[in-house]
Amino acid sequence: MIYTAIVFLPLLGALIAGLFGPWIGARASEIITTGVLLICAALSWVVFSDVGFSHHTAKVTVLRWISSGELDVAWALRIDTLTAVMLVVVTTVSSLVHLYSIGYMHEDDGRPRFFAYLSLFTFAMLMLVTADNLLQMLFGWEGVGLASYLLIGFWYKKPSANAAAIKAFVVNRVGDFGFALGIFGLFAALGSIGLDKIFADAPTLIGHKISIFGVNADMLTVLCLLLFMGAMGKSAQLGLHTWLPDAMEGPTPVSALIHAATMVTAGVFMVARLSPLFELSPDASRVVMYVGTATAFFAATVGLVQNDIKRVIAYSTCSQLGYMFAALGAGAYGAGIFHLFTHAFFKALLFLGAGSVIHAMHHEQDMRNMGGLAKKIPITFAMMTIGTLALTGLGIPHYFGFAGFHSKDAIIEAAFAAHTPYNIVFWTLVFAAFMTSFYSWRLVFMTFFQAPRWGEGHGHDHGHDGAAAHANDHAHGHGDHHHEPHESPQVMLIPLYVLALGSVAAGFVFAPYFIGHDYKEFWGKSLFEGEHNHVMHAMHELPEWVGFAPFVAMLAGLALAYLFYIKAPGLPAATARAFRPLYLFLLNKWYFDELYDAVFVKPAMWIGRALWKGGDGAIIDGTIDGTGATVLAGSNQAMKLQTGFVYHYAFAMLIGVAAILSYMIVQAGGFK
Amino acid sequence: MINLTGVPILSIVTFLPLAGALFIASLNREAAGNARWTALWVTLLTFAASLLIWINFDTGSSNFQFVETRNWLGGIKYKMGVDGISMLFVILTTFLMPICILASWESIDTRVREYMIAFLVLESLMIGVFCALDLVLFYLFFEAGLIPMFLIIGVWGGKRRVYASFKFFLYTLLGSVLMLLAIMAMYWQAGTTDIPTLLTTKFPPEMQKWLWLAFFASFAVKMPMWPVHTWLPDAHVEAPTGGSVILAAILLKMGGYGFLRFSLPMFPDASHYFAPLVFTLSVIAIIYTSLVALAQEDVKKLIAYSSVAHMGYVTLGIFTFTTQGIDGAIFQMLSHGIVSAALFLCVGVVYDRMHTREIAAYGGLAERMPVYAICLMVFTMANVGLPGTSGFVGEFLTLLGAFKVNTNVAAAATLGVILSAAYALYLYRRMIFGALEKASLKDILDLSPREIAILAPLVILTIFFGVYPAALLDVTALSVKKLVQNYEVAIKTAEVVVGR
Repeated sequence: MIYTAIVFLPLLGALIAGLFGPWIGARASEIITTGVLLICAALSWVVFSDVGFSHHTAKVTVLRWISSGELDVAWALRIDTLTAVMLVVVTTVSSLVHLYSIGYMHEDDGRPRFFAYLSLFTFAMLMLVTADNLLQMLFGWEGVGLASYLLIGFWYKKPSANAAAIKAFVVNRVGDFGFALGIFGLFAALGSIGLDKIFADAPTLIGHKISIFGVNADMLTVLCLLLFMGAMGKSAQLGLHTWLPDAMEGPTPVSALIHAATMVTAGVFMVARLSPLFELSPDASRVVMYVGTATAFFAATVGLVQNDIKRVIAYSTCSQLGYMFAALGAGAYGAGIFHLFTHAFFKALLFLGAGSVIHAMHHEQDMRNMGGLAKKIPITFAMMTIGTLALTGLGIPHYFGFAGFHSKDAIIEAAFAAHTPYNIVFWTLVFAAFMTSFYSWRLVFMTFFQAPRWGEGHGHDHGHDGAAAHANDHAHGHGDHHHEPHESPQVMLIPLYVLALGSVAAGFVFAPYFIGHDYKEFWGKSLFEGEHNHVMHAMHELPEWVGFAPFVAMLAGLALAYLFYIKAPGLPAATARAFRPLYLFLLNKWYFDELYDAVFVKPAMWIGRALWKGGDGAIIDGTIDGTGATVLAGSNQAMKLQTGFVYHYAFAMLIGVAAILSYMIVQAGGFK
Repeated sequence: MINLTGVPILSIVTFLPLAGALFIASLNREAAGNARWTALWVTLLTFAASLLIWINFDTGSSNFQFVETRNWLGGIKYKMGVDGISMLFVILTTFLMPICILASWESIDTRVREYMIAFLVLESLMIGVFCALDLVLFYLFFEAGLIPMFLIIGVWGGKRRVYASFKFFLYTLLGSVLMLLAIMAMYWQAGTTDIPTLLTTKFPPEMQKWLWLAFFASFAVKMPMWPVHTWLPDAHVEAPTGGSVILAAILLKMGGYGFLRFSLPMFPDASHYFAPLVFTLSVIAIIYTSLVALAQEDVKKLIAYSSVAHMGYVTLGIFTFTTQGIDGAIFQMLSHGIVSAALFLCVGVVYDRMHTREIAAYGGLAERMPVYAICLMVFTMANVGLPGTSGFVGEFLTLLGAFKVNTNVAAAATLGVILSAAYALYLYRRMIFGALEKASLKDILDLSPREIAILAPLVILTIFFGVYPAALLDVTALSVKKLVQNYEVAIKTAEVVVGR
């Protein structure tokens, strides 16, 4: 009952706000959806302690869904530790974002719609994490995609927001293409897509081959990689990441909830959920690890030079998701999910903090137009600093650390324990940690320190893509242009306090359970480790320096950022000039968008047009029309024949029936 | 529960609209309003009567039910009956008809009487197609149904209606003639045109191939399958809204129904033999027409091309000969019946206001038409195959079935899920999102109560069947099981024969 309530109450809230919003008003919509989510969050923590510490797992069947032949799928909720962790993450962040949005969106006319979308998203995400079969997971998967699409495009008058929304949906569909094929393959091989059945029978597939895309390869590896393709789309991994930075077109609370804390971690959740499958395919797991590592590196490099405050955090998210996949691929599932858990707190904090900055700056997002805000918005500054400390992983080994210190360092240790050639994964992740530290502190310094760059003259010089929304949708009472940055209202700050608490404490409080020596007891059967997987143990028995490596990287990043943006502010520009090609390469995000546009988007449109005009028009219709002309050639009164064709047709048909009849009558006579 | 024993319910449902048409014909020429109301009441009554069929239908049997037999012309019997597959198409037809009448309420203002007569006659003939259990009777209904459709396009259609109907005519003629020849050949071979008897008749494999091809010619045009699909966009573009709805929702399904009723069970060896051909054409249809849809500038054409792509899943599913594939194909047809009807109705809504189908003439409708925007979003998502909508179930099951048979075909067809998202969302964006800047749109009104009454049931069903598809799958389950089993037995026997 409690499980059903947690999952379906947000749907109820969404329906009330969405369908009756215009009648009950914006305030009622806000209160109902937010209230519902707060209840769900409270219930989720109850479930978390019940499942995580008392080990009460459960399954609830709600309704039959699709049954066809041996396929029998139901709407069902599966509650185990992994689900419980996700429930806590999703409902906690979602309720705080609901609350925050009451303040952030208070001048928007579309509030009932906004809150309905937020709650709809939460429902879909909860369906995803409670799925007991792959199809329901796909339902939640695409459901969160829909909500994400609607929320990115929430300011629908903005062309850039619409473009970003479609891009998010379509790129995710590319991933879903793989996900769907993976589901088909598992069903074809095992005759079921229920998780228990898959986990029980998957070992029988070892050594089987599958032929697809013209290659004949190990079945489990292929299926795992197809499923992972879905995860790459949803979690914005290298290659399918292009939609995430653009998704920042959505309102900032959306970025915090969907594009940082919850939806984008769905891919991580999926791989962890399917650990019994991935454990059977070491090759697939390696791919997961390398893709994750590459993403962690790639996104961090791009994050170094971005100027839009939200995009820096977006690339940071992308990079951190890479860390999580690296952990999963290394076999350290607990560490991956632990980072998912802590990351939800500090990344949501950073995004909501950034929202507070943007709110204070009257919808300015370009850090080049900020600076010196520490004195103006001290609470936001303090919260952002806590978030940054947590993200960069400040902590003293063996004593104390912020949330990210515990989880990210665990991943880096797991990477070392995974024994890759030359420890390449380990060193890449350490270097990425250095970059993380640099771009995070760069953000703090550019925003809160330095001399203010937001005085007069910058009022309408918002040279970024938020400008359109600024004018139409989110007008903020711009009577005059020299407004002072102002601290956000309490309704926006309270969520920051809660998340800040999580960013400080989530690490040391939960580390013993998630990744400690008794981690197996905590996770129960929800995470599976093969016989030969000892990473979670090995990572506790590493050389001392391995534990200090990320710490040193973090300090180095901080020091360099301090040098560049406080000590010698001329250095960034000089460096950019000195390494101009590299700078442009990073600034343009490795030119992925341009590449895809040239290789996929433009050709698709071009081919579509060519097939239409050439294929359908010239070849097929040309043939048909030619035939028609021949038929009509004898008649000078073509028009008359054409309009009279119905009768000709009816006549032809009747003659045909008459022919059958006469034939039958003759036959009948013949029998006599 | 009403006991229907001895009641010729199928004949009643089939000919009730025809009786209504005759009644309207007897009305005063000027009584346009009466014609509308009569048509609405007749179609509603027919729908209610058809629900009696569903209520009394025994899902525990795979046999034909409510069978009626009368001696008719010569050796041909008038024989009607439904199984789990055909019954749902009857319901779909009777359900959509009142909606079409309502959709034509204001937009048709010339020759209203004749329009309503054409629609009612069309309804009788379409229901007849799905109920007929005699090959000749089927053929009569099947071909005669085209005449009112031609008239609807030709008389109440757009500017290029003559070209559109002419093209349809050329396409259909060839298929019809071939099917007629095949029917004669079957009679010659089996000595009967009784469909239940023919279903148990074993045709020689070589003959099956010819018969299969003849039927294929007719059904492929109806579906329509690539490359004989080009009549459809033109027909849709020129047809009035009601005509488009019927065309997309019902007439296209006759092809798929034909494959299931005739090609697959009667010519199993040939179906097996030609399956790769159907797969190829289906995959081409899905990818090719999706790409073409991406480039369209006319709303109706875009939806028409999207229909061709969706029908590609149907043919793909049917010829997997798996339970999932065939279940999926049937579900896809029913779902597409609802969703494509809804999409054309949505186009009709703005067409009635703006009198243009050009996508570029719209933009930013969300601001003035929020309710319309929500409805269209639901149908767009169903068209894209979002899980939770009816559009997902059919696509998923057909692809699942296809994967069991051929991984590469399934993989290629699955590309459609990416392309459909691209063209459908691109369309939605161009019409609904963006700033409302065009002066002509400034005063556009949101849905009227009549339009809400039309679209609301479709929204509800789209979601209901997405969440609880068992409501339909349970009805078809046994008929599909029998179909698959008979096919498997036939193929096994054939292999044994070849083996010897």
